[in-house]
Amino acid sequence: MTPPPAQAATLSTRSLLSGEGSRGGSLPSWAPWGAFVGALAFCGLVEAALGWFTIALMVVFGALVAILAIYAWSRPIEGARRAKDRAVTMAIVAAFGVAMAPLVSLLYEVLTRGARGISWEFFTSDARGVVGGGGAAHAIVGTLIITACAVVIAVPIGIMAAIYMNEYGRGPLRRALTFFVDVMTGIPSIVAGLFAYALFELFFGPGIRMGIMGSIALTVLMIPIVIRSAEEVLKIVPNHLREASYALGTPKWKTIVKVVLPTAFAGLVTGVMIATARIIGETAPLLVTTGVVDSLNTDPFQGRMQNLAVYAYNEYRSPGVMKQASYDRAWAAALTLIAIVMILNVIARLVYRRYKTEIR
Amino acid sequence: MEGRKLRDMFGSETKPGTEAEEGRNTMSQAGPVTETSSRAEGVAAPARLAKTLEAKEVNLYYGDFHAVENVNMTIEPNKVTALIGSSGCGKTTFLRSLNRMHELTPGASVKGSIQLDGEDVYAGGVDPVAVRRLIGMVFQQPNPFPTMSIYDNVAAGLNFNSGKMRKNEKDEIVERSLRGAHLWDEVKDRLGRPGSGLSGGQQQRLCIARATAVSPEVLLMDEPCSALDPVATLAIEDLIGELKKEYTIAIVTHNMQQAARASDNTAFFNLDESGKPGHLVEIGPTDEIFTKPKKKETEDYVSGRFG
Repeated sequence: MTPPPAQAATLSTRSLLSGEGSRGGSLPSWAPWGAFVGALAFCGLVEAALGWFTIALMVVFGALVAILAIYAWSRPIEGARRAKDRAVTMAIVAAFGVAMAPLVSLLYEVLTRGARGISWEFFTSDARGVVGGGGAAHAIVGTLIITACAVVIAVPIGIMAAIYMNEYGRGPLRRALTFFVDVMTGIPSIVAGLFAYALFELFFGPGIRMGIMGSIALTVLMIPIVIRSAEEVLKIVPNHLREASYALGTPKWKTIVKVVLPTAFAGLVTGVMIATARIIGETAPLLVTTGVVDSLNTDPFQGRMQNLAVYAYNEYRSPGVMKQASYDRAWAAALTLIAIVMILNVIARLVYRRYKTEIR
Repeated sequence: MEGRKLRDMFGSETKPGTEAEEGRNTMSQAGPVTETSSRAEGVAAPARLAKTLEAKEVNLYYGDFHAVENVNMTIEPNKVTALIGSSGCGKTTFLRSLNRMHELTPGASVKGSIQLDGEDVYAGGVDPVAVRRLIGMVFQQPNPFPTMSIYDNVAAGLNFNSGKMRKNEKDEIVERSLRGAHLWDEVKDRLGRPGSGLSGGQQQRLCIARATAVSPEVLLMDEPCSALDPVATLAIEDLIGELKKEYTIAIVTHNMQQAARASDNTAFFNLDESGKPGHLVEIGPTDEIFTKPKKKETEDYVSGRFG
């Protein structure tokens, strides 16, 4: 690739600067968009001519053609290196687009269909004794109570376990714990539900349904996620801060409480929020533990408790007399669930921004 | 030291004191020593007599690796002792063993004894946390606590370890420590702002203020100026000269001019080849080490001819 010295001497500095195989030109700034739109149009026309036109096919083929087109366009003008750069950039943007497509489509579907089921009644009344109507207040309240109980149980256990693993644990026990946390992360959620059911059945007999049982099942799912994220966050607290604290004659536990945890606070909150978002939409473990019910129940230690995911499932499974209204309510429940998760995420971001510490 | 005995400070079960210790403790309370040295020409008058740190046959290990071999040296009170030597020769490891920070590294171990005014800090029943309260440390990288304000950084040691304290008492200690670190005038109007907003040199002085706020006996400094520019370095060196009136200071440095400028005694560490343990070659008054060292090795090092 490197030209011999004699030849190099004959090349002008200008041509050396503009790169190998280049004529020193460059494409207009709209070139990537131009290539993409042109490729789309080309593929659309070809497909229409062949008679099997669909938008999805046009976009997929269009992206592939655009990658080739931008390379072919750039190669003679800008040289090989920049042509490759443009082609790869185009490929990466296309991959991002493919990844985003289902998400956008999902949000669109949930928003349009869910909006039909949203009403004042949906948020304020339960479905007790109502035929083909009623709201989901009992499910919303149930979701919040069950999730809150799970968070209250899982967060202290998870963070303390992470502190053990990062600050104290050593040797085989630590390795075993890491292994089991990894295994726990992969537990199917229905297994967690059955575990909670079996546990409570031992004490209360068969057929027991309680809100707190659902919380226990969710706790089993949540603890490993909290441990994992908290461990990562504790790991990036620099060691020199711990040493600074030790050098002041501070015992280890106090160093953790006063220096390590405050420094990691923003990251810990984010981890907890992500774990919460992960479990708040669980369906299977709650079906077997909290059951299905139409009326509002605010006592997690007494009786069945509805939640949004199970509510949506149930509205679809047994729609009753007015099928479409039931389906709308199921979508509205899905929309509400997504909204709750988004609110949690926004809170997590605000907390993160407020409390993040510059770690060098 | 206000009549406190070392073994009381170390807590539980230290051996009963010997005659010699009693003698030393009495000496440290009595005036005469202070007065004689204050009368001596050109020597900064110690505001109080700090404690002597003495290493006896210290061997340091990281797992199986023998890092430092058989060090015997005395770090004299109210003086600055510089530890110099090439990278990897164990200066920092040795320094960290003086306040029992060495053992925080997994697998690290210590043989031999390190005595603070005759009391072995590695004796059974000695609490390493108590040792670190008496022997403070300043690190290579300025490391103020990022979640705390300037004020809270200085007061950190008090907040963590001294129980409840009256506000004005704490204010007084914070101000005294910041003045002692030559930082008060620069930060007095923004004590509530985060410590991480200061410049590197200011942060390092903040860390020195934080270390002195708990009134230790000895201050260990591990290349405190290596991350700083020359102006900030000079400020810290001046400060070290001031601090020795109250504290015994040991400082690791790679900068030989710094050792020459800022220290009273210099200890030269070296290692024969990499993989072999580092050892103390010689220790003596700084001007002697730099002008007429006893060992050829030292002369080669301080004059820039290595190996």
